[in-house]
Amino acid sequence: MQIEQISHLSSPKRLIFLAILALCCILFFMTINLKGNIHYILVDRSWILLTMILVAFCAAASTLLFQTVTNNRILTPALMGIEPLFILIQTVVVFFIDSQGIPFIGTIGKFICESTLLILFSLFLYRGLFTRLKQNLYLVLMIGIILGTLFRSFSNLLQRLMTPSEFAIIQSRIFATFTQAEPALIIASVVIAIAAGIILWRMRFRFDVLALGRDNAINLGISYRRSVTTILMLVSILVAISTALVGPFTFLGLLIANLAYSISGSSQHRYLLPTAFLLGVIFLVGGQMVLQHLLNMSGTLPIVVEFIGGLLFIFLLLKKVTM
Amino acid sequence: MKSLYFIAAILTVIGLAVISLFIGAGHITPADLYSNENIRDIFFASRVPRTVALLFAGSAMSVSGLIMQLLTQNRFVEPTLVGTTQSASLGLLVMMVFAPAASIMSKMVVASLFAMAGTLLFMLISRKIVLKSTLMVPLIGIMLGAVISAITTFFAMYFDLLQSLGGWESGDFSGILRGRYELLWLVGGLTLLACFCADQFTIAGLGRDFSINIGLNYRRVMLLGLTVIALIGGIVVVVVGVLPFLGLIVPNIVSLLFGDNIRKTMPWICLFGGGLVLLCDIIGRTIRYPFEIPVSVILGVVGAVLFLILLNRKRYAN
Amino acid sequence: MIEIDNISKQYQTTFVLKNVNATITKGGITSIIGPNGAGKSTLLSIISRLLIADEGVVRVNNLDVATTPSDKLATYLSVLRQENRYTSRLTVQELVGFGRYPYTKGRLNSDDHRRIAEALDYLNLTEFKDRFLDELSGGQRQRAYVAMILCQDTEYVLLDEPLNNLDMKHSVSMMKQLRKAADELGKTVVLVIHDINFASVYSDTILAMKKGEVVYQGTPDDIMRSSILEDIFDTPIKIEQVCGQNIAVYY
Repeated sequence: MQIEQISHLSSPKRLIFLAILALCCILFFMTINLKGNIHYILVDRSWILLTMILVAFCAAASTLLFQTVTNNRILTPALMGIEPLFILIQTVVVFFIDSQGIPFIGTIGKFICESTLLILFSLFLYRGLFTRLKQNLYLVLMIGIILGTLFRSFSNLLQRLMTPSEFAIIQSRIFATFTQAEPALIIASVVIAIAAGIILWRMRFRFDVLALGRDNAINLGISYRRSVTTILMLVSILVAISTALVGPFTFLGLLIANLAYSISGSSQHRYLLPTAFLLGVIFLVGGQMVLQHLLNMSGTLPIVVEFIGGLLFIFLLLKKVTM
Repeated sequence: MKSLYFIAAILTVIGLAVISLFIGAGHITPADLYSNENIRDIFFASRVPRTVALLFAGSAMSVSGLIMQLLTQNRFVEPTLVGTTQSASLGLLVMMVFAPAASIMSKMVVASLFAMAGTLLFMLISRKIVLKSTLMVPLIGIMLGAVISAITTFFAMYFDLLQSLGGWESGDFSGILRGRYELLWLVGGLTLLACFCADQFTIAGLGRDFSINIGLNYRRVMLLGLTVIALIGGIVVVVVGVLPFLGLIVPNIVSLLFGDNIRKTMPWICLFGGGLVLLCDIIGRTIRYPFEIPVSVILGVVGAVLFLILLNRKRYAN
Repeated sequence: MIEIDNISKQYQTTFVLKNVNATITKGGITSIIGPNGAGKSTLLSIISRLLIADEGVVRVNNLDVATTPSDKLATYLSVLRQENRYTSRLTVQELVGFGRYPYTKGRLNSDDHRRIAEALDYLNLTEFKDRFLDELSGGQRQRAYVAMILCQDTEYVLLDEPLNNLDMKHSVSMMKQLRKAADELGKTVVLVIHDINFASVYSDTILAMKKGEVVYQGTPDDIMRSSILEDIFDTPIKIEQVCGQNIAVYY
């Protein structure tokens, strides 16, 4: 890709460029290696494609919002432990359904129940942390990461208590996979994501003001506390969708959000949000296509993202120190 | 007064060891040991090795955490948090791919070499950081560990070894039998070596300038410490698996109680570390009897909670 | 005697020290003064082998500091840098005890214990000896470090800005204690110091540095002149006689 050429483009043009690239990825993904029962393969791929687009949207929006409201470019919902928290909630819910004999409430009922719990808990846990961010970013980050580890360990423990002999199955869920989601859940997620997207889009100018920092936002007449609450709720829902669909995806958000900052050429959310979203689509769909069909290594995409994201994180931290 | 506490601590650990010897899937009572030769055999083939392994691994991981904290002059690092054990796992994977039939000894050596390289890499990066926040160093370490284990997972998946690697790493003492744990005596020896060099590590913990001023060969102590950390990390990963947070919480708690004159606190650290792992193992063996939950899972929960408490203390200290 | 022979040190392409030659005689207090970036701390670090010079030799009692075994040198010369933020929790007594490490490598004997007690007493720290360093005030902590250096009992004592973080009262008492160490114990004390008036009042020799070179060396009476100080610091400075001392006024 000719970086020099992109750097001359205005923000809307860059967006169109990315959109074309994303469409190419989608087309290739759908049509590559079409053999055998074409109808069946296309239907199967469409579900996976839809899942990936949903995950890209959730990761992009939740990370950007989280970084806007915390006013820094290192924290992400996944790193701060919201994702592991959702997995823990899922585990706890299953634990009670299994052991207490609560009648089966269906995938969607369970999902709504879990997401509500996630919203409540993340409001309870994280709203307080943000007010201390200014004093010590690294401490908050550390607390978040360790909270994440705690939630993961705790889910692990519960899972072993439930099915002590089948822990191999559980271990396979350390990374995201793009194969397991149920159609009903995907459709429900699409509806919720579109609703969240509309709310987000209507708030896009408010995000620009929030990105100036707490003090400036209050000065410009924005109710900071209410905004934090709204954003945390949105972030929780988005994280819940993504995690319920594919599982934990720790570094995806960090990766696409930071790329979006440098590629979009703007700090306005009306450009940042779609840029990060399209980058997510390109990453997931393109990456999946290359890994699965060209390198024949399906299932490794989340690990590759984890690897690149981890390196990026180290780079970001070191850059912050040397500046 | 302090020696009284110390005796109490020793008695507690002995008590835990005895409990650990007599609980488990097969029912054994002290009387059986006298009368029944079969039971005596089982006892010495599985129960004794397990208890010894728990004590050795627990105290060694705590001591290596302490040494790492002194050498980096940072309270929030430890081998499982900054890439040492992750690198050891990578070394283990390399051996599983290229020399699956190799002896456990050579696996251990390679794992230790990888652990050394990983720790060195971490130390080099952390040197570059002009300290703005002490938490920066562990944060970078955590991410380094994540990157290294992403590499490991990727290749484990590629070679279809994810399952067996998971088995190695799981921090599980249930597979410890006579003939499979003797390497841990080496770990015990290394811990003892560290105790003999206690003063040197204390001084190194006060920094390069301080060390040079009183004539300590700083580079040699760094190298010695690094070797001890890597060997302990490598051996424990190969024999037992990952014991998360241990190296962080034990030295910190002991430091809060008794300070950092390592010569005085080393016995406390060994006792605390060994005792904590024993306790977690006993919990893991009884909580879902007759199934076993690996020590690493229990430690993950207990350790994370204790770590958060330590972080909270720091918040108020600032 | 400390002989500094043609020392140069550069970082990348800029010289921090350039062909520095000087001699610090035995006994008394020598203060190194000069503006920021003059190379004072670098010179002190090279004398005390914390830094290696690119060129030149430093000899302490005819021992080349770069090649003499570090543990041998530790019985001749001690150094205290300015930032001392330790993450380890040690008690005052334990810290001071490490001053004896060059002699007994940690196995303290009764003679060592006596010296530790003396050093604690000398800096009025006896009542704090079982306190952890992080429980002390800044001034007490600074005194504990100096006590350790004294306990090391070396002929040469090198201190990099020992008055940093000390208030007026503690600064004065620190300088008095160093003066006492020089006079009563016969130590050779070398200080890097920012406050030229402290240098004027308490030292026997002043060594002035500018842009990586030693520009003046002499007694306080020689150096505390308006023209010389203005040349060193590039700012108007007047000298007033106050209570028989040369005091620089530069506000």
